[in-house]
Amino acid sequence: MAHMSKFEFPPSIKSRPIWGCLEARAGKHHLMIADGEGADAILNIAAPDLMAKSHVIYIPQGTDCAARLHALKPAQFYKGPSYLASLQRIRRVLQNSHMGLQVYLAGTEGLMGQAMQEAVTAGIPHTAIQTEHRGSVARRMQCVHCKGITEGVEIDPFVCSHCGLNLFVRDHYSRRLAAYQGVCVDAEDPGNLPEQKGIYE
Amino acid sequence: MSGATKINVRVSEIVPLNELVTRFKFERTDGGQLPTFSGGAHTVVEMKDEDRTRLNPYSLMSDPADRSAYTISVRRDDEGRGGSLFLHQKVKVGDEMVLSNPVNLFSLDLRAKKHLMIAGGIGITPFLAQIKQLDRNHGNWELHYAARSEDLASYARELKSEHPNDVHVYYDVKGEAINLQHLLDGQPLGTHIYICGPKGMINWVRGTAKELGWPREAVHYEEFLAPKPGKPFEVKLAVSNKVIEVSENESLLEAIERAGVDAPYLCRGGACGQCETDVLECDGKIVHRDHWLDPEEHASNKKIMPCVSRFTGKMLVLDR
Repeated sequence: MAHMSKFEFPPSIKSRPIWGCLEARAGKHHLMIADGEGADAILNIAAPDLMAKSHVIYIPQGTDCAARLHALKPAQFYKGPSYLASLQRIRRVLQNSHMGLQVYLAGTEGLMGQAMQEAVTAGIPHTAIQTEHRGSVARRMQCVHCKGITEGVEIDPFVCSHCGLNLFVRDHYSRRLAAYQGVCVDAEDPGNLPEQKGIYE
Repeated sequence: MSGATKINVRVSEIVPLNELVTRFKFERTDGGQLPTFSGGAHTVVEMKDEDRTRLNPYSLMSDPADRSAYTISVRRDDEGRGGSLFLHQKVKVGDEMVLSNPVNLFSLDLRAKKHLMIAGGIGITPFLAQIKQLDRNHGNWELHYAARSEDLASYARELKSEHPNDVHVYYDVKGEAINLQHLLDGQPLGTHIYICGPKGMINWVRGTAKELGWPREAVHYEEFLAPKPGKPFEVKLAVSNKVIEVSENESLLEAIERAGVDAPYLCRGGACGQCETDVLECDGKIVHRDHWLDPEEHASNKKIMPCVSRFTGKMLVLDR
């Protein structure tokens, strides 16, 4: 379940992001940022003339998709070991970009959320950034109590990796933080916890 | 009462700028301060011309932080329905008039890293207020202003001398034109475009920006449609149980108001959506002139924007 390639997210509250489906758009320059199975979403739209104008930043996360992306002959190709490792490059590319740049994000929610935050900070309206969810449905969670971020959360409730509180996984999302909110689940009766289950079970 | 709150003012100054454009300054009759506004806002000017009342929107061009007076610049339109001619010919210094509180349908997106303004002719007016607002906040802006000739380019000289590096003026008579492709190519990420001018210019800039991959959200424009005259027609207002006649030089909204029926409005120029009205019966053709309703809504004949749209045919019944 957690690694299904195309997951149908259940309908939720307005705060929850709705991810789209990538399509090639007009523009002189294209920035594609993907992790893991997000490579498939890029492969789906990869016409040669589009790739010739594209800068691809890819974090394989243990998949073997990098070679297939590289074979598309993008104008520039970077393979990084983690999102954090690629962040300096993402910022540099955005800093040097001009209006008309098209941004494509594909892969996990954590990657798309964080890369979107960078693109928005650089001046692209969030509604103009394309996304497509692929791969893991694990979430990047913020503990609303200690503000610490726990990456890759797949079960609900979970233990905050910073302060150790038992947190309930909410659909309430912060674009500014690129994280869902985790709220203490046993504040009234410490230790009285609902049974742990997968977020979408 | 519909529309924004009213303000009683007195005309304190009238300055002809050129053959076509005249500037009007208004101060409150009670000597008090006017509400602040944001650059791009307009006011609706109430004009009592003998037995008819016109309500025309004009962009505020004064400094938004100056609460002592509002100024507007009005281009005389000899072919129009008479609002601008009334202001040019009948209004005198000292006259008492009524303005609406400012309404902004063309505001700056202050998240932008740079504001790229494109003006055509009298479309310069909202930018004058926006530039004053941005200058106060050390904003990053650039203006490209196309006008017919040096004589008709209102405020071009002042703008150019105050901001020699940020203002670019183009004169049609000299064969000058904005090199749009070149201008839009290479703008830094976070630039927003603002366009105010004739319809052709707005479409040209929006189309070019789209082709170059600019996001729709970063392209802002304002086009006030003056309601065009047309053949008289009859309308039934179902809620108020009245049948009204819309004359040649009057808009449907004005006819509704003349009949004593209170109808909502803000811009009176087909842009804001406030006056959207349900059509209950329609045997004929609605002449849609707004740019609020989408093409499907236009085709459905179920909605009308009475500030600019008209009707030809046998019967039109509105939910008003």
